[in-house]
Amino acid sequence: MPEALATVARGDRPVAGYLRAIAAIVRKDLAAELRSRELLGGMLVFSLLLILIFNFALELDARTRQTVTAGVLWSTFAFAGTLGLNRSMALEVDRGCLDGLLLAPVDRSALFFGKALGNLVFMLLVAAIILPTYSALYNVNLFLPGLMGVVLLGSIGYVVVGTLLSSMAVQARTRDILLPLLLFPVVLPVIIAAVRATSGLLQAAPPEEIRGWINLLIAYDVIFTAVAFMTFDYIVEE
Amino acid sequence: MIEVRKLVKTFGRKPVLRGLDFSVPEGDFVAVVGPNGAGKTTLLRILASLARPTLGEVRLAGRRLPAEAGAVRRILGVVSHQPLLYGDLTAEENLRFYGRLYGVSELEARVERALETVGLRPRRRDLVRTFSRGMQQRLSIGRAILHEPLVMLLDEPHTGLDPEAAAMLDRLLGQVAGEGRTVVMTSHDLQRAASLANRVDVLAGGVMAASVRKGELDPAELPALYRSVTGA
Amino acid sequence: MDPMPRALKTLNWLTAALFVAALYMVFIYAPREAVMGDVQRVFYFHVSAGWVGAVAFLVTAISGAVFLARRNPKWDRLAVASVEIGMVFAFINIVSGAIWARPVWNTWWTWDPRLVTATIMELIYLAYLMLRQGIEDPDRRARFGSVYGIVAFISVPITFLSIRFFRTIHPVVIGSGDPTAEGAFDMTPRMLQAFMFSLLTFTLIYATLLWHRVRLARITEHVEERRMQLTSA
Repeated sequence: MPEALATVARGDRPVAGYLRAIAAIVRKDLAAELRSRELLGGMLVFSLLLILIFNFALELDARTRQTVTAGVLWSTFAFAGTLGLNRSMALEVDRGCLDGLLLAPVDRSALFFGKALGNLVFMLLVAAIILPTYSALYNVNLFLPGLMGVVLLGSIGYVVVGTLLSSMAVQARTRDILLPLLLFPVVLPVIIAAVRATSGLLQAAPPEEIRGWINLLIAYDVIFTAVAFMTFDYIVEE
Repeated sequence: MIEVRKLVKTFGRKPVLRGLDFSVPEGDFVAVVGPNGAGKTTLLRILASLARPTLGEVRLAGRRLPAEAGAVRRILGVVSHQPLLYGDLTAEENLRFYGRLYGVSELEARVERALETVGLRPRRRDLVRTFSRGMQQRLSIGRAILHEPLVMLLDEPHTGLDPEAAAMLDRLLGQVAGEGRTVVMTSHDLQRAASLANRVDVLAGGVMAASVRKGELDPAELPALYRSVTGA
Repeated sequence: MDPMPRALKTLNWLTAALFVAALYMVFIYAPREAVMGDVQRVFYFHVSAGWVGAVAFLVTAISGAVFLARRNPKWDRLAVASVEIGMVFAFINIVSGAIWARPVWNTWWTWDPRLVTATIMELIYLAYLMLRQGIEDPDRRARFGSVYGIVAFISVPITFLSIRFFRTIHPVVIGSGDPTAEGAFDMTPRMLQAFMFSLLTFTLIYATLLWHRVRLARITEHVEERRMQLTSA
């Protein structure tokens, strides 16, 4: 009996299996999205519409543009992000595919990281399109190296908490309205820090200030990745 | 292979399984029948390590659930009435995904073999979204046998299939079971269960109310037995 | 059914007495503040309510963690009870903050880090209850509530720090120059005594209400069980 339990698995260490599972999930999500383009399409269109609304809601003239750009960008990411998060989780839960994932002989956290990494890629893809677009529309140079770093750090924090909370929200009756309600209060430090750091970079603020915000982002990312790692099991295990 | 003793499962305050005993020797094909809401799916989900027992002991291949769920999952193949497939991927992409997830060696060869076994090789590059329900179920079985499990759990796999598709599924099940696997299948179709399995257990009132081996009872008498046991 | 335990009855009386004493301390014993006048007395209840709101949230988070470890429903009942009561106290904190701010700084709202964090905490409480409301299965509801309670609680201090860091860079003109103080004033010994006393009183009020609420939840469970037994028998 015992030797049968080894069956056809590759004889490698658990770590490789863990990483392979994460890679498989990310690959699967990207492949599916490439076909349907519903998630990315939705997020992109929504982001562009938001920027349009902001254009008329706020006075985006040449002077105020500098101070308001960071806020507009991160608000857009925050709202459009919920679309992606919900959709990504809904795909698993709706057709019962979550069971398929749970049946796999891997640690639950691998499933979490797989989904979170996929969500991160989508978010960065959207940013990669929105940033140049905004840049062109408003003649603001957004191609600063520090800024890319801030976008990455902010997205990580947002996506880690977002994936965790969306795995709960998507199982509730009120799923669409629930995710923003759960997410925004908790992810507020990320928004504040990301906006301030971005704004600081755009307006050449003192480096200690920017560094302070970046440290906050890193701390948040580390803390909540650990928290997600520890609590995801409890969400999916019946 | 499968040992269940005094299994209790409650949802909130509602008890569904009340001290159920269930045992399946290696290589056996057992069908579990019972009225709707009797707990067939619940039992299967517990065996599949997707749900935890409230009380009682569950062992698969000598490993305890839920404590050793990780080891158990490696030898399990589960077919639910939902296909557990991604509509936006092709048949072979779906199989490859699950193969990678399970860490299966010689992935391409196994995917080929699975597609061959379930008769879907010609449709391998088609999106699962375009498959009929019968084809999805067949692919689902392909997914379940990809990692060559020792135990197969099927939850009402014939749901929503037309007679032709159901017959194809029966042939497939016979083939898959014939390879020495232990199979547990839930069903609400008494006749089909009796013809496919070599033992039929009736789940009623939260316990196994009856158990009939093939040959013990004339198949025509089964409905009467079922009715008397379930009080239908 | 379940008679009220002696201890709880005693606690009821004790808390009521302390509350009366606290009213005396705050309105009569403590001196009138030089700059702000009598309205400063709101401060005693304002801070105490805020303190209880934070403690209640901590209790919820810890209760949730214990539930996840032990799976005994009583911990989940405690978590929900604490959220309900904490919500009320956090609300008192916000409203009393407004009552205090209006005459002193001529505004209903100061963007003070503590006040903003308290409001965010209130919103988290609401989200917590809405999450639970949307889940049918009781076990899942308890698990999800526990996880969110823990995650959200951890975010609150980080939120506070980020708002504070924000304020040190962009001080808002309302309020004192030091953005970390909430209407700074020096406390005389009598004021300090009144403050500590109201803190104690409010904590006791919280404990009393919590006990009552948990009892209520337990009795409700009993009734449900009996009803199920009777209707299925």
